[in-house]
Amino acid sequence: MKLKCQHVWSYISEYIDDSVDAELRAEIEAHLEHCEICSAILDSTRNILILTADERTFTLPVGFSERLHARLAKELVTAQIDAPGS
Amino acid sequence: MNGNPDERQLIARILAGEKDLFHDLIRPCERMVYLTVLGMMKDEAEAEDVTQEAMLKAYRALASFHAQSKFSTWLVAIALNEGRRRLRIAGRASVESLGEQGTEPEGDFTPALLTDWREIPLEALERKEVRAALVAAVEQLPAIYRQVFTLRDIEELDVRETAEVLEISANVVKVRLHRARMLLQKRLAPLLKTAQPDRRRFFWSTS
Repeated sequence: MKLKCQHVWSYISEYIDDSVDAELRAEIEAHLEHCEICSAILDSTRNILILTADERTFTLPVGFSERLHARLAKELVTAQIDAPGS
Repeated sequence: MNGNPDERQLIARILAGEKDLFHDLIRPCERMVYLTVLGMMKDEAEAEDVTQEAMLKAYRALASFHAQSKFSTWLVAIALNEGRRRLRIAGRASVESLGEQGTEPEGDFTPALLTDWREIPLEALERKEVRAALVAAVEQLPAIYRQVFTLRDIEELDVRETAEVLEISANVVKVRLHRARMLLQKRLAPLLKTAQPDRRRFFWSTS
């Protein structure tokens, strides 16, 4: 069976996550071999995910950790741990 | 099932009275909690405050944590509850949160078509402005997509953990993640394409 481009697009995300079955994977790969448009979509999506996983991309606001730990240090002095299930 | 031994040991010691170790316990989870809450609150100062509050609630509730899930996912769930509580109080429970019940909004989730994408070198990904554009694009995602994207692709939780934290089904996680990625691809791919129009020659001359 030959896949249409739209069909491939709908599985791009699951293909990247390796959660399509072997048969569908083979069909998608056969399609990608001759379809530049779908290959470009796959590459661009993958590149975005590489960039997303880069720790320099999504960062905490400046001073976030310092403020958080300062507040914890202050409040933990009096804070009590509740009994389980309460 | 996923609680790692170091984590369990830390928790046991905190419960036994070494409260300062709580700082070490939460340190690896700060970014995940903050970014996930930010996806809901859409306001940095408020998300920071919710994160602080959630960490304190987690401390008080620590004896109820049973290591059946990862500590980080337990913590994020507490933070999301705190965020929801505040949105309710403020009367800001948005239309978007209705999507959590399982009805997915309609929209155009087709990708951008770029025949010359392959000509873009990976070096392009190293540029600061490209990262800034991605952060801005994620900020503009509807909350339900942004939350799933944050947990799956930024924090690299698996589908099951993401579903557990957000209290949605694994299938809804997959649908939302696909849509989030396609919305980002559509927004960012054209930008990457035009960012360095003359790199084809550069590419050849260096390879």
